[in-house]
Amino acid sequence: MKYLEIRHLRKSFGDLEVIKDISLEVEEGQVVAIIGPSGSGKSTLLRCATMLETMDAGELIYLGEHAVWTGPDGKAVMAPPKQLKKIQGYYGLVFQNFNLFPHYSVIRNVTDALITVQKKSKEEALTIGRDLLEKMSLSDKENAYPYQLSGGQQQRVSIARALALNPKVLFFDEPTSALDPELTGEILKVIKDLAAEKMTMVIVTHEITFARDVADHVIFIDGGVIVEEGPPEQVINNPQNERTRAFLSRFER
Amino acid sequence: MEWSVLVAKLAEGMWVSVEIFSLTLLFSLPLGLFVALGRMSRNPILRNVIKFYISIMRGTPLILQLMVVYFGPYFIFGLPTPNRFLATIVGFVLNYAAYFAEIYRGGIESIDVGQYEAAQVLGYNKAQTFVRIILPQVIKRILPAVTNEVITLIKDTALAFTISVSEMFTVAKAIASAQSSVLPFVAAGIFYYVFNFIVAAIMEWIEKKLDYFR
Repeated sequence: MKYLEIRHLRKSFGDLEVIKDISLEVEEGQVVAIIGPSGSGKSTLLRCATMLETMDAGELIYLGEHAVWTGPDGKAVMAPPKQLKKIQGYYGLVFQNFNLFPHYSVIRNVTDALITVQKKSKEEALTIGRDLLEKMSLSDKENAYPYQLSGGQQQRVSIARALALNPKVLFFDEPTSALDPELTGEILKVIKDLAAEKMTMVIVTHEITFARDVADHVIFIDGGVIVEEGPPEQVINNPQNERTRAFLSRFER
Repeated sequence: MEWSVLVAKLAEGMWVSVEIFSLTLLFSLPLGLFVALGRMSRNPILRNVIKFYISIMRGTPLILQLMVVYFGPYFIFGLPTPNRFLATIVGFVLNYAAYFAEIYRGGIESIDVGQYEAAQVLGYNKAQTFVRIILPQVIKRILPAVTNEVITLIKDTALAFTISVSEMFTVAKAIASAQSSVLPFVAAGIFYYVFNFIVAAIMEWIEKKLDYFR
């Protein structure tokens, strides 16, 4: 089943057209890596997909349900609020700089949305939260506050927070870019473990080696368009397009 | 005048000062939050009306505002003159809400946009995001600035003297004139200092309570 479909997405900021007609599909259980230079539009693509930015035109579909479509005037139309709220529950997002809630303990960061948004009981939320913290090897940090944790630990809490709501698709926006180099490994391992469990994920990343190892499908974006896409062996090991080659030549393969 | 009578009169004045202080905070702290939200509203009419209100409150002396609230109804509209105490509270609340609003606004605008985005993706609605995620962080951040205003308020209560509300300073002045003595002023000074000392200690205690996060 197609968990996510984006069709003919366009997005401008003022006169600057950041995304020029991008379409992509993500199948259930697929791991898609989006790579590309700074300013290529990859972060904006992710922000449109998670509805943190409104689309100018195009379609956004989760599990066959339309969140956004193009009206007769060529402009994007959003689904009614009730439908949007439902669709919002289909995905989660892990931010580059975590965006944990500083005034909540680790366990409360993970459980608060379960209680406040999903209206689960406190006990149920605690069970879910503790399971996830254990999975993230953070059981001993349950009552710590975000400022007391390392960057890698904070990012694992934010992954647990996103997973708690049981999303169908999990987005990552450069999840290791804010971390010290020695801490990126622990996050990449967590994502690999999730991939092994067949979690559907869309990952914007600068870690080319990681993208090659974990992704089923790699999309290279430059100048607001998809320049090249396909399995990692093809896009990363044997790129066909000149721009992809130029971009990848800066990384060791 | 008997020493005990003097103390009793000063104590009455003291109580009125404490009332002005408490009632002003009770109403202006929440009102200031709504004023701040109006000041940040997307509606340009509301935003500019609030902006004008704040600029008047901050741009004219409080002593003058008190006189307008007290004498205005009669001299401008021909209405009966309001109760002095009520006029004092209204004047103080309107003035302090404007100052608190600007403090709230500074605090709210200093919160990272990522906090709103995280809440949105997790499915919090706007009210939940503000009350559960944003406001607690704002309160911690603005506490030192609020403490400053609260301490200023204690001393500002003496301005009720202008419209002859018998608060601490008014009483002290009356007794001092009648007795040709500066002692009531000394007593008043000590009262304001001790009041401030207690309030500052309470605010410090609240700041410490909020030290559990950064």
